[in-house]
Amino acid sequence: MDILKVVNIEQKYQAENGEITALKEISFTVKKGEFISIVGPSGCGKSTLLSIISGILKPTNGEVYVSGERVDGITSHIGYMLQKDNLLDWRTIYKNVLLGLEIRNTKTQENMERAENLLKTYGLYEFRDKYPSQLSGGMRQRVALIRTLAISPDILLLDEAFSALDYQTRLSVTDDVFRILKQEQVTTLMVTHDIPESISMGDKIMILSERPAVIKEILEIDFEMETRTPLTCRKSPKFSQYFNHIWRELSGNE
Amino acid sequence: MNNTKISAERAAYLESRGRTKKLILAWQVGILVFFVLSWELLAQFRLIDSFILSQPSRIGTTIINMVQYDLMNHVWVTVYETLVGFTLGVITGTCLAVILWWSSFVAKVSEPYLVVLNSLPKIALGPVIIIIVGAGTEAIIFMALAISLIVTVLEMLNGFRHTDSEYIRMASTFGATKGQIFMKVVFPYNIATLFNSLKINIGLSLVGVIAGEFLVSKAGLGYLIVYGGQVFKMDLVMSSVIILAVVAALMYEGVVLMQRVAMRWYNH
Ligand SMILES: Nc1ncnc2c1ncn2[C@@H]1O[C@H](COP(=O)(O)OP(=O)(O)OP(=O)(O)O)[C@@H](O)[C@H]1O
Ligand SMILES: [Mg+2]
Repeated sequence: MDILKVVNIEQKYQAENGEITALKEISFTVKKGEFISIVGPSGCGKSTLLSIISGILKPTNGEVYVSGERVDGITSHIGYMLQKDNLLDWRTIYKNVLLGLEIRNTKTQENMERAENLLKTYGLYEFRDKYPSQLSGGMRQRVALIRTLAISPDILLLDEAFSALDYQTRLSVTDDVFRILKQEQVTTLMVTHDIPESISMGDKIMILSERPAVIKEILEIDFEMETRTPLTCRKSPKFSQYFNHIWRELSGNE
Repeated sequence: MNNTKISAERAAYLESRGRTKKLILAWQVGILVFFVLSWELLAQFRLIDSFILSQPSRIGTTIINMVQYDLMNHVWVTVYETLVGFTLGVITGTCLAVILWWSSFVAKVSEPYLVVLNSLPKIALGPVIIIIVGAGTEAIIFMALAISLIVTVLEMLNGFRHTDSEYIRMASTFGATKGQIFMKVVFPYNIATLFNSLKINIGLSLVGVIAGEFLVSKAGLGYLIVYGGQVFKMDLVMSSVIILAVVAALMYEGVVLMQRVAMRWYNH
């Protein structure tokens, strides 16, 4: 069953000095539980695509369906995580995690327990009464993820969510996040500039062209492993094959 | 790490900091004492005319006399008018700022008016206000309001507009309405701005009240100053000015105290 279906999306931005076509004829489907990495040249329209799927931005043309339902505005099925963690520094970790529930008026006993359990599972429960400034960058990013997961989204959108972290932290956080997402069975679309990251996490990789972006290729990734984690993938011999393939596509020998 | 044992360098650092602090305090007190003492002595030896410039000992007796008479009443009138003007100014100003933040259309339309009103010396409106609301407490409160209102609006609006846009984007990813964005992000983000504007406003309201009391001349510290000037009782003028300075400082400290409590509440 396709949990997400994107049909013929087109996006034109209007500005004083002219019109920019960011996306053209974008169509694809995503199955439940899949992890899709999205790569493409700078400024090609990756963030635009995620904003449209999330419902924040209405596309010029085309439709998005989540579990067969047409998306029109923000829905509770989708969680969207940005590059900066944007934890509100006047709220404790626990209260930050509850923000999404508060906004959606779904702060029920059950959901609060779920949020607490997420904090417990991912080793942040003892920090629940601390403030964001007292946490490291990697921990903050995990709190931001839990805040997004607390609303129980079926689909998670990540827009360069780890690019603000240093390399070391990034490797361990992506490993954690991958584990969290597989465990919670969340379908994920992740935009990244980091080709190794896209391979190590993705079941499929969507390669976009220069602006106006069209889908150049959707590459299936298969490491033929029982239990893959981003770190074990990086050691596989197939890793560099995939890397070279994507690199060639992106450096544009059209 | 051992908390009880401090390294020699740290001890030296702490000690030198403590010494600097004491030195600063000593100088502050010293300057005041020197100033009061030389004023007193110069007046005693008739090097300055104490009839015009008054003299600390005479100010002292005057204040004691005033306390026995009706000083407290005048102080209370001024404080009351200031606090009412201040509170009205802050509440109205913040509400207007919220409206302008909410609707960029209204904001754009009102921009030239705000600019003009902001640069207009509000004291010039004094006679108009007195004619409209009558020469009483209301006019004085209106004066305080006129002086502090526009500044509050501009200051708060500026703060609201400079809220981290990434925070707002994050809240919208959860589908926050404009009201929720304001309550959960923009307002708490601007608590510090609010208190900065309160600190400016308490002073401005006092300016408005004193100017109003000059014009209306019924009661209050402003009235005492004007009255003292008219009947050439410089002791009364000087005493009132000094009491006014104390009152102003106390009210400012009151705002600072409120800020501490609020900041702890919001953990900024
Ligand atoms: N609100 C807007 N108004 C006008 N043009 C816009 C707007 N948002 C984005 N664009 C333009 O659309 C194009 C695609 O932007 P987008 O942010 O989606 O790209 P991106 O692939 O996410 O870029 P990056 O890799 O730098 O994150 C860019 O050229 C950008 O200048
Ligand atoms: Mg982007």
